[in-house]
Amino acid sequence: MRAMVYRGPYKIRVEEKDVPAIEHPNDAIVRVTLAAICGSDLHLYHGLMPDTRIGHTFGHEFIGVVEQVGSSVQHLQVGDRVMVPFNIFCGSCWFCARGLYSNCHNVNPNATAVGGIYGYSHTTGGYDGGQSQYVRVPFADVGPVKIPDWMHDEDAVLLTDAAATGYFGAQLGEIAQGDTVVVLGAGPVGLIAAQSSWLMGAGRVIVVDHLQERLEKARTMAYAETLDYDEYDDIVVELKKQTDFLGADVVIEAVGAEADGNLLQHVTGTKLKLQGGSPVALNWAIDGVRKGGTVSVVGAYGPIPSAVKFGDALNKGLTLRMNQTPVKRQWPRMFEHVRNGHLTPRAMVTHRFPLEHIAEAYHVFSAKLDGCIKPLVLPDAA
Amino acid sequence: MTTPDIPSAYVRDKRPPRETTEQLRARIPGWGADLDPADRPSHPKLRYAPDTTGAHWDFPERQPETWPRERSVEHAFLTPVFGTAQPPRGLSGAIRKLAYRRYSEGRLAHWLLLIVGDRVDAWGSHLRSFATLRPDSPGTETGVRSEVTSGGLRSRRGRSDARHHVLDPVLVAGPWVAAAGGAVLGARSLVRALRR
Repeated sequence: MRAMVYRGPYKIRVEEKDVPAIEHPNDAIVRVTLAAICGSDLHLYHGLMPDTRIGHTFGHEFIGVVEQVGSSVQHLQVGDRVMVPFNIFCGSCWFCARGLYSNCHNVNPNATAVGGIYGYSHTTGGYDGGQSQYVRVPFADVGPVKIPDWMHDEDAVLLTDAAATGYFGAQLGEIAQGDTVVVLGAGPVGLIAAQSSWLMGAGRVIVVDHLQERLEKARTMAYAETLDYDEYDDIVVELKKQTDFLGADVVIEAVGAEADGNLLQHVTGTKLKLQGGSPVALNWAIDGVRKGGTVSVVGAYGPIPSAVKFGDALNKGLTLRMNQTPVKRQWPRMFEHVRNGHLTPRAMVTHRFPLEHIAEAYHVFSAKLDGCIKPLVLPDAA
Repeated sequence: MTTPDIPSAYVRDKRPPRETTEQLRARIPGWGADLDPADRPSHPKLRYAPDTTGAHWDFPERQPETWPRERSVEHAFLTPVFGTAQPPRGLSGAIRKLAYRRYSEGRLAHWLLLIVGDRVDAWGSHLRSFATLRPDSPGTETGVRSEVTSGGLRSRRGRSDARHHVLDPVLVAGPWVAAAGGAVLGARSLVRALRR
């Protein structure tokens, strides 16, 4: 089969690999029909995530068709069209039993601090991912769901992570009716977080970024006010002015490890890998939220320490809430919202690349060329 | 409500909202559909519902371990299911195994060793690729062609992050240039030594 393969920081290519095999009775093999590149894939691409091995296939956002099932699989059949949450989870450990699917304890031998994720280094379990023609899907009775007939494939693939994470981020904010919500980052997660904030009763939603096409998307797709942080000497001061000097009731940090906005933080965190990522947005969130407010973190960071302003968080009495998204827990309600048009994930898709052009796809997304907001990968396109 | 020239932060109540509930509902599709915090999918955070996950086992059957699978020392045992992609090999594999065997996830040494293992893996793989019919090619593997096809200059015009994009070629090519320079210097020193 053809698969995207990591060759070192900033270098990937497509190689011929063996089709994955059933390794556990509850495995399925899925033929991937559509995949996406996630902003967090860029952390791997740039060499930020420890134990990213040469030869690894990335990709945790994908949908496909079941090609083969293990002997104990009961809920799926060959030929089913499925969407697969980015989390690999057993459904039976202490954490899964309580809905923390992203924190499963039975699927990642390499680390206890993070669950299993497809195509996301050995730090998350050492599973090859879905930017390929086939992928092994463990616990086929637990994770995948048949794609509803009415659902568009591009909505389905975005619900496997980016859209679900945006929606989850708004929930972590514990938004109350009338709250002012600031969303840092107008990427795919931030855009859905902004849409979701309205569903939860926000009175104002302000999205902060510096890329004009993304800010425009935040205005048109998420009906949000926007701030270009490049236009202000200090975006935190502007946030205070915008909120009558209270600060936002809720800030959703939807940027993560590769944040711009502070050259020193960006270079030390992202380029030189001296931190687990550049915590610029996280620090803006801490500074920009009101005292007693809530910071929701859904931007991804690596396991190495970062220079985060915990002193300010303590002194302001903040509630910091965060997790990798337990995707499947979001789906029933999100399906309703997508069907009703309240959430519009596929409106974010700007680029569609054949798998054979994966190196260009990563470069375009990484450097944010050509107005790229969300790139999809077509495994079988010529 | 006190005088309007004093911001909300300094008085008891917030100013009246810019838009009423009715205005928001009219303007925003689905506004308030998830208004009740107790009716949101991730509330409460811990919700005991083991019968809803699809699992039909108390503890999963164990996947066969085909090599001594590296694992965090914070785990009681090898998890019943695990990834089998890219088994550790060579020097990078030895470094990674040491990181897992010796240090918990709470130790910085664990992560730094894994990063060292990554770089050793990358360099070893690059060198090995030169002995194959498909050597690594930064020209194709970095996707740099898209700078031309996707408007590299146009896309960056006026962007503040463009200033650190110049570091990317240095990060990619720098180690190769340094290695080539070192090799040249080393060869020259060797030739000089042999001539003496």
